Amino acid sequence: MTTTSSPQAESDPVLARRRNIQSIAARSFGRRQLYSRVALAVCGVFLLMTLIPLVSVITYTAQRGLQAWSVSFFTKLPTPTGIPGGGIWNAIVGSLIIDAMAVAGAIPFGILGGLFLAESDGRIAGGIRFAADVMSGVPSIVLGIFAYIALVKTLGHFSAIAASFAIGVLMVPIIMRASETALRSVPRSLSEAGLALGARRAAVSRRVVLPAALPGLITSVLLALSRGVGETAPLLFTAIGSEYFSTSPVKPIAALPLVVYQDGIQAYSDLQTRAWGTAFFLVLLVLTLSIGSRLVAARLRRARR
Amino acid sequence: MREAAAEVRQGRGRHAWRLLTVAVSALVVALTALSAPVAAASGPGKTTDPYIAADLKAPGSALTGAGSTFDQPLFTKAFFEYNQQNSGVTVNYASIGSGGGIAQFQANTVNFGASDVPMTPADIAKATGGQVLQVPVALGGEAISYNLPGVKTGLKMTPSVLAGIFLGTIKTWNDPALKKLNPGVKLPSNAITTAHRADGSGTTYIFTDYLSTVSPAWASGPGTGKSVNWPNGVGGQGNEGVAGIVKNTPYSVGYVELAYALQNSFTYAAIQNSAGQFLLPSLKTVAADAAQRPNITAVSFSIVNQAGASSYPISGYSWALVYQLQKNTTEGTAVVKVLDWLTHAPGQAVAKTLAYVPLPANIQALARSTLLQVVASDGKTVLLTTK
Amino acid sequence: MPDGLYRGGLGAIAALFCVLITALVVTVAFQAASALNHFGLGFLVGTTWDPVHAHYGALPFIIGTLETTGIAMVLAVPIGLGTSMFLVHGIHGRIRAVLSTAVELLAAVPSVVYGLWALLVLAPWVRTIIEPALASITGGTGLFGGPQLGIGLLLAGLVLVVMVLPTMVAISRDVIAAVPDEQVEGAFALGATRWQVLWRVVLPSARTGLLGAVTLSMGRALGETIAVTMVIGNSTAIAHSLFSPSATLSSQIANQFTEATEPFHLSSLMALALILLVIAVIVNIAARLLVGSFGRDRSAASVAVL
Repeated sequence: MTTTSSPQAESDPVLARRRNIQSIAARSFGRRQLYSRVALAVCGVFLLMTLIPLVSVITYTAQRGLQAWSVSFFTKLPTPTGIPGGGIWNAIVGSLIIDAMAVAGAIPFGILGGLFLAESDGRIAGGIRFAADVMSGVPSIVLGIFAYIALVKTLGHFSAIAASFAIGVLMVPIIMRASETALRSVPRSLSEAGLALGARRAAVSRRVVLPAALPGLITSVLLALSRGVGETAPLLFTAIGSEYFSTSPVKPIAALPLVVYQDGIQAYSDLQTRAWGTAFFLVLLVLTLSIGSRLVAARLRRARR
Repeated sequence: MREAAAEVRQGRGRHAWRLLTVAVSALVVALTALSAPVAAASGPGKTTDPYIAADLKAPGSALTGAGSTFDQPLFTKAFFEYNQQNSGVTVNYASIGSGGGIAQFQANTVNFGASDVPMTPADIAKATGGQVLQVPVALGGEAISYNLPGVKTGLKMTPSVLAGIFLGTIKTWNDPALKKLNPGVKLPSNAITTAHRADGSGTTYIFTDYLSTVSPAWASGPGTGKSVNWPNGVGGQGNEGVAGIVKNTPYSVGYVELAYALQNSFTYAAIQNSAGQFLLPSLKTVAADAAQRPNITAVSFSIVNQAGASSYPISGYSWALVYQLQKNTTEGTAVVKVLDWLTHAPGQAVAKTLAYVPLPANIQALARSTLLQVVASDGKTVLLTTK
Repeated sequence: MPDGLYRGGLGAIAALFCVLITALVVTVAFQAASALNHFGLGFLVGTTWDPVHAHYGALPFIIGTLETTGIAMVLAVPIGLGTSMFLVHGIHGRIRAVLSTAVELLAAVPSVVYGLWALLVLAPWVRTIIEPALASITGGTGLFGGPQLGIGLLLAGLVLVVMVLPTMVAISRDVIAAVPDEQVEGAFALGATRWQVLWRVVLPSARTGLLGAVTLSMGRALGETIAVTMVIGNSTAIAHSLFSPSATLSSQIANQFTEATEPFHLSSLMALALILLVIAVIVNIAARLLVGSFGRDRSAASVAVL
């Protein structure tokens, strides 16, 4: 801040105003600084308030869940209340089957749809992008109802495939949008080089773009999986749960979130313990998938730099 | 590349894991079968009842059932025991409430339904699998369970007081009506929180049936049904939901099946029956109430508020729903045999261990005669004394 | 593969997806039709839910949904904004990365686990500490009157806050971090304190994006089913107090869907689903329009929380 020292300049109203502002700022600095520190401290408290539930949920789940954990918990089938030694093996396999089928169905739609969106900017693409975004906001219970009407009522029985359908529909928008982002970040020079060498678009996509975007695509799938594995509402009217071991896609099947939901509110404490053991396992599973997707995304970002 | 290698390693590991698990599970089943209590298989009825032996030889099938949450503990344990003796038959029961059981049965998505209230003619008209048969499978009473710190089991309530609480006309625990009935008890001034079923429930049906019978105000108001328009209170899912609300909310009261109340050591009320006696629900008092109406049918089934000094007024049967014509002979045979096993000596022995009231003999006869009407597509009855 | 076939094929797959969505909406609307025809628009303002007399109305659930979402947003917006501001401008380096990830991990906990935790840990806390405190501060009537049960509207709102915060924080953080450095540094150069910079420069600059974050979080809160169903108390009467039990559109559907056999019962539940779908779609459209104008180039990880 330069000022001339000529008496003419000092009587200049602009300079006088500037000096006035400076002195006000200097005098109020202490107050403003205090105010700022307090406000930021409140924001810090808010951060703590955000983290406290997380810590509480995870520690409570761990505390109650670990009581249930044992080798038999993971390898045996459930037993009725009062008979000890039961486990959730059927729910682990059931969730695996439901989510594997869901992802298998969602990947083609999601990645190929993402490829379409990444390559186009027209109105149709914009509409599809919009539809995908809106779809990801639809409550999952409505998806469960849709799967019930489409697959359970028509086929006449509850089934794993109906549950996979509901969860697959849930996953597609996530995979689609995340794949689009991943595919768009592949440098155009790569695809243009392929085209320049005479390859057709399909070949360029298959041999150049998709492999280059692979980490990002894997991230998108892991993200969708982490979301799908924990969903309960779509399973309520489709897979309905089971006490038995089943690998059949056309029969009711057990699933981890269903065990938590159905056994967690039971009045029998051994069933409640089983529910918490399952809950802790489920939380760890989703956390692993979530962190896994972040690690892949971080590696992707580092590789690009 | 690294990710792919990890996946391959995982895949192989998973395969070996599954083999190991199948082996371990088989070992567990074998050990459990060997050490299972022999009582269930060699009850007194076994040697004289010709159907039981054949019941255990049902063809291998994976059956599904859905409905009443009241039946769930019984079914889970009974079918587990059955499976120990006939490992080819598994019964997967989804406890989604009586209304849910009826709905799934109507849509023919399950082999059998279970409901604490039989299907009405309107319900039966909507059934898509043909002629409907309704089999009584369990008998239970409903405990009016409350959470009052310092007050033990046995708080006395008359029908009008109970109705008043659920109607909302009696709002606090120290209401004069309650104080008059329970002179020695220290009743707090807190407001009463009622708990009811949020899902469609046969337990609700039986309770509202009782309230409608004893209270004109209730009959003309919310009425009788699996789901009613409750004037007040908090809803929970399943018997377990209501039990949970009562357990965790001080000054609350709710209706739960007796088996749940006994298994979890709840405190519950002594209700005045039509003979003026204040009775706690128990296996004896519920059985006494049931005995007052020996000849029930699926159309005329209500046993609430019966005469008799030792009858507990809030009682009811639970019914299994099967289609008369079983198109899938294997599954049809299995369903019928499993239900027959359940309603007679072996299944009733299991029921007793869980505090369900054993079925009276004439009800067992009704169950069997109903099951005998089930036929396969060749027109032949599937419940047989042999095979 | 010829280019035309390739482009056509991809387009067809993407279009198939739109067909799926249309099928979803049509199915729900079709099932809801008979109830809506029977009750007319009165269904939207009807206050009774009486299966015995076949009289259904959606108003208590619409209000319940709006109330729980309202409570959630009133708490989540300031807390979320404050947290994200602190994350971007209050801390730096490794700690910032760790804490950001921690907040986002909140989104990884399945809804059903939140429901159980809320029922067993949060509900007693609300019943014994929060509700009496609120009642004694405000006099215990009206919005803060009635028996203190723990479960009810307030608890459902609190659970929703916890579930919505990761979305709010993640998007706000991206939006706030995207404010051009020149604006921020210019403000500092003028002698503003850190808070003044945040409040008077960063937030106004990020306003549209933040609104988008709020609406997206609202969309999340509206659709949440399982955790809310477990703690809201399931009463079909319109709640008059924060402490009352209530019900939302999705909790009512979850509770009664499998058992609806009476006339118009199932159709009325599907009508509730349709209302929920419409509300969710409107809110999401608003959110996308707002966030879209901020920028589409988010990292894949932050797309996850959407």
